[in-house]
Amino acid sequence: MATPASNRQLPAIQVDPTNKPYFDAAREGRLLIGLCKDTNKHFWYPRGCSPFTLSNNVELVEAKGTGTIYTYTVMRTKEPYCVAYVELDEGVRVFTNIVDCDLDSLKIGQKVKVVFKPTQGDSPPATMFTPA
Amino acid sequence: MSISGKAYIAGAYEHPTRKADDKSVAQLHAEVAYGALQDAGLTKDDVDGYFCTGAAPGLGPLNMADYLGLTKLRHLDSTDVGGSSYVLHVGHALEAIALGQCNVALVTLAGRPRAEAMATGTAPRSWGVNVPDDPFEIPYGRTVANAYALCAMRHMYEFGTTSEQLAWIKVAASHHAQWNEHAMLRKVVTVEDVVNSPMISDPLHRLDCCVISDGGGALIITRPEIAKSLKRPLVKVKGHGEATKNQNAGYTDLTYSGARFSGPRAFEEAGVRPADIQYASIYDSFTITVLIQLEDLGFCEKGQGGKFVADGNLISGTGKLPFNTDGGGLCNNHPANRGGMTKVIEAVRQLRGEAHPKVQVPGCTLALAHGTGGLLGTRHGSATVILERE
Repeated sequence: MATPASNRQLPAIQVDPTNKPYFDAAREGRLLIGLCKDTNKHFWYPRGCSPFTLSNNVELVEAKGTGTIYTYTVMRTKEPYCVAYVELDEGVRVFTNIVDCDLDSLKIGQKVKVVFKPTQGDSPPATMFTPA
Repeated sequence: MSISGKAYIAGAYEHPTRKADDKSVAQLHAEVAYGALQDAGLTKDDVDGYFCTGAAPGLGPLNMADYLGLTKLRHLDSTDVGGSSYVLHVGHALEAIALGQCNVALVTLAGRPRAEAMATGTAPRSWGVNVPDDPFEIPYGRTVANAYALCAMRHMYEFGTTSEQLAWIKVAASHHAQWNEHAMLRKVVTVEDVVNSPMISDPLHRLDCCVISDGGGALIITRPEIAKSLKRPLVKVKGHGEATKNQNAGYTDLTYSGARFSGPRAFEEAGVRPADIQYASIYDSFTITVLIQLEDLGFCEKGQGGKFVADGNLISGTGKLPFNTDGGGLCNNHPANRGGMTKVIEAVRQLRGEAHPKVQVPGCTLALAHGTGGLLGTRHGSATVILERE
């Protein structure tokens, strides 16, 4: 049995002054993640402070855009979709969707790569993943 | 300084409604408050501490305090950690009473998501405005159901847990609910019924999910001297622990819950061990919630929850750990989508010897109630209380 991922309409994303650089990069097809410059550790999700030290000595750095599925689930709604945590090669686990695939074929540990999917209106794209 | 035992639960009341088409949320708060005060043998003018959450209409506790006519308040607490709040409130009331901040604490919960036809588990929902994680989660269709399913899928992967093992949790709840005249789902179900019910969010089936119900409940917590002057059996608050669990800066581990932190704190304060507990109310938004919390509370080893719950081990009278003898959220009710209140109430019934005779644990003197509020797969609150019959 196969369940093709639906192309459901994605809601607009709430951009704020702190996360705007992340979403500007997403518009250019680049995936950024947080870096704490006090500890040289990556973090997710992007924010204006280090979750390790609470200082604002943070920046956004480009990730490779590849990783593996840490866990996933398929919402069996009228338009089925897959919610997942993808562990990026940099180590952080990102809440996302797996798209452009047969949802019944997915496995934990499977390799995936980033894709950007349009949302409503002028809102920036959503960061999703598809089997590599 | 230990505050163990410095407050007692003197009143408890669960609203019998499961669909409140003809009552407002505020009215339900009033009915449960009145019910708990009647149960304790106190009146509203004895109340000098009031506890509620964001489920109460208005600004924190202000509008409900006004509606209920509470004019003697000198202690307020509207800490909101979702469904676990009411377990946490018992602990906070213990702290406040031990410090002399209030004498009689009232905790209320009410809501009507069923009458309002709320898409509780399967529609993406934000907890408010300016929530910093929303832009990174809401567009991906994060719902209550899938945020728990993610944990179930990982638990199966790491530990070999099966859908049949999870189903046993629902089976046990249904065995208890058959005796509860107010329960929404009173039919005894089998493992096959659960695993053959429609898939909601892999690997959770419809019967792995709790009900959506209206209603509510209330508690009265008071000083030992006042509790001893009343006519009800004495239920002492012996220990309490609370915690949050979050995504850990992107290094989230979905195999455990905040119970790993709140549980040991409660056990330490109470001076007892998991093996001493005769009855446990365990938050059951989904079957997986129960399984992970049982492991984290120390009732079994991490990863062994599937084996622990299988073969009816949670069924009162036959299993080693009778749980949720009212039928729990899985079969009885889940008022306002918040199950912590009814978890405490059924533990109080067990300790008073007032549970249904078919599910009453004989000689029950030590019970635990535990709640998880928010989302198991992202960030949640966790609260544990240990209660003792004196």
